[in-house]
Amino acid sequence: MTTASELRYDENCRYTKTSEWIRPMGGKKARIGITDYAQDQLSDIVYVEMPEVGDHFAKGKPFAVAESVKATSDCYMPVGGEITAINGDLEGSPNLVNEDPYGAGWFVEIEMDDPAELDDLMDAKAYEAFVAEELAKGGH
Amino acid sequence: MTYVPHSEADRQAMLQTIGVKSIDELFAVVPEQVRYPALKLPAPMSEQEILRELQQMSERNRDLQHNLCFLGAGAYNHFVPSVVDHVISRSEFFTAYTPYQPEVSQGTLQTIFEYQSMMCALTGMEVVNASHYDGATAAAEAVIMAVNVARGKRRKAIVSPFLHPEYRQTIRTYTQGMEIQIVGDESTRNDLAALAAMLDNQTACVIIQNPDFLGRIESPEALSDFAAKVHAAGALLVVSANPISLGLLVPPGEYGADIAIGEGQPLGNELNYGGPYLGYFGCREEYVRKMAGRLAGQTIDVHGQRGFVLALSTREQHIRREKATSNICTNQALCALAAGVYLAALGRCGLSQVAKLCYHKAHYAAERIDGLKGFKVDRAKPFFNEFIVSCPAKPGKLNRKLLKEHNIVGGFELGRAYPEMEDKMLVCVTELHTRDDIDRLAKALKEVAS
Repeated sequence: MTTASELRYDENCRYTKTSEWIRPMGGKKARIGITDYAQDQLSDIVYVEMPEVGDHFAKGKPFAVAESVKATSDCYMPVGGEITAINGDLEGSPNLVNEDPYGAGWFVEIEMDDPAELDDLMDAKAYEAFVAEELAKGGH
Repeated sequence: MTYVPHSEADRQAMLQTIGVKSIDELFAVVPEQVRYPALKLPAPMSEQEILRELQQMSERNRDLQHNLCFLGAGAYNHFVPSVVDHVISRSEFFTAYTPYQPEVSQGTLQTIFEYQSMMCALTGMEVVNASHYDGATAAAEAVIMAVNVARGKRRKAIVSPFLHPEYRQTIRTYTQGMEIQIVGDESTRNDLAALAAMLDNQTACVIIQNPDFLGRIESPEALSDFAAKVHAAGALLVVSANPISLGLLVPPGEYGADIAIGEGQPLGNELNYGGPYLGYFGCREEYVRKMAGRLAGQTIDVHGQRGFVLALSTREQHIRREKATSNICTNQALCALAAGVYLAALGRCGLSQVAKLCYHKAHYAAERIDGLKGFKVDRAKPFFNEFIVSCPAKPGKLNRKLLKEHNIVGGFELGRAYPEMEDKMLVCVTELHTRDDIDRLAKALKEVAS
């Protein structure tokens, strides 16, 4: 079974308890995806249902759906914002989420409503501790 | 012996909980004359006696073995080869078992896969699911799916007035409370051009029927043009089609339909006094994840052998029930199997032959009826196997006489669906009608109208 330390984390990202990452890209821009832990739990991702560019979602609202051979999960906005780009590569290659969750497997880019909302999120270290706790509970 | 398990103490406890003193007080709101009606049941009978009584009662039905039927309007009397019943009556198929476990359901899954594949070929769709309850519910699911394809941002469905009237009612029933606006069928003046004029950026879909409820056929060119307009507005085109007609006509997928639905009963299923039937439902592959129902798929096992699995079941049903967009949890497996066996038995040529016979016999009947004094067949548009007849008397009155005096079930009384068509009847002819049958109808119509 996977342990928390075997999973990858990105120091440049902030994390949610629902296992999305968000990486500030300068100004109000940010990129969002799901974490290595999330893809590991879901196993082989077969489809990602994306929002449309121009859609706006408040913090905590579902903006995408990741479907794997095991489960279908909503993905929630780490902060409020407007979708400015989606990762079109996932349509043909949803496995990128499994292979490179922090890189080629990104989901969307957004224009944040308020970058200060990032402060409410966990950093890589806090998230690793959170994952360790989840795994100790037996995961889900 | 009583079948009620509650003791007197149970009842008192329940009455006390809800705060009434007695059973009488509880039922006081029910009008007295219907509260405890005398049932006046006859004395009990033996099995032998009851069989005789029920037999006598059933003989009062007017069945199609003893009556000629020219009624269609959504349910069609076609010849069902005996192989259909032989296959579907096998105990392996005749159970209600749901094929979730591929390791014990290969036969069932294969029949579903074959039904889907043949229906894809027939409708020109890329994907056809394992079926819905009937044509009407498939139509309603199509509207809901179109709204979901538009991510709920478009909430208007334009419905042709010539879609089956019961399908239109079912769409309204299914979409109650969903804040979906249903327009288009307010007036029979709303032809394709009028429907196209209603398109806007709120329109999720347009749903039409071809041949329409009145049997009329639009040209593939007109339908392609219409589809282009629908797509230009960013909406989906949903087409309901009698599957038998697709043995002869251009399939919906070829003129731009995004979703094809319809009543599958004409394919190997008897009329059965109105059900059970099956709805077929197909769409373009890009929308498959928004499709309700389930799909069987073909795959290979670890030994490289061909096998079948449920490739896509309603995800919401198993995983995200709180987000379900449809309450379809099953399919009409046995009826779909009958449709599959029927299509396999007839093959491409056989189905085409059935469709041609329906077409030609209907046109012979139209010619005969049009020649009758006082009757007029609407020939403004081409038709498939149903046509509109203007009658010299109320169609209901003619129908009662046809049945009573000639053992003929006449056409659908169109005034029941369209008030302005009170003098019109929709006559349906299939391959089952012989020339003699049609001549008999013409002669009988002449008699009952005079």
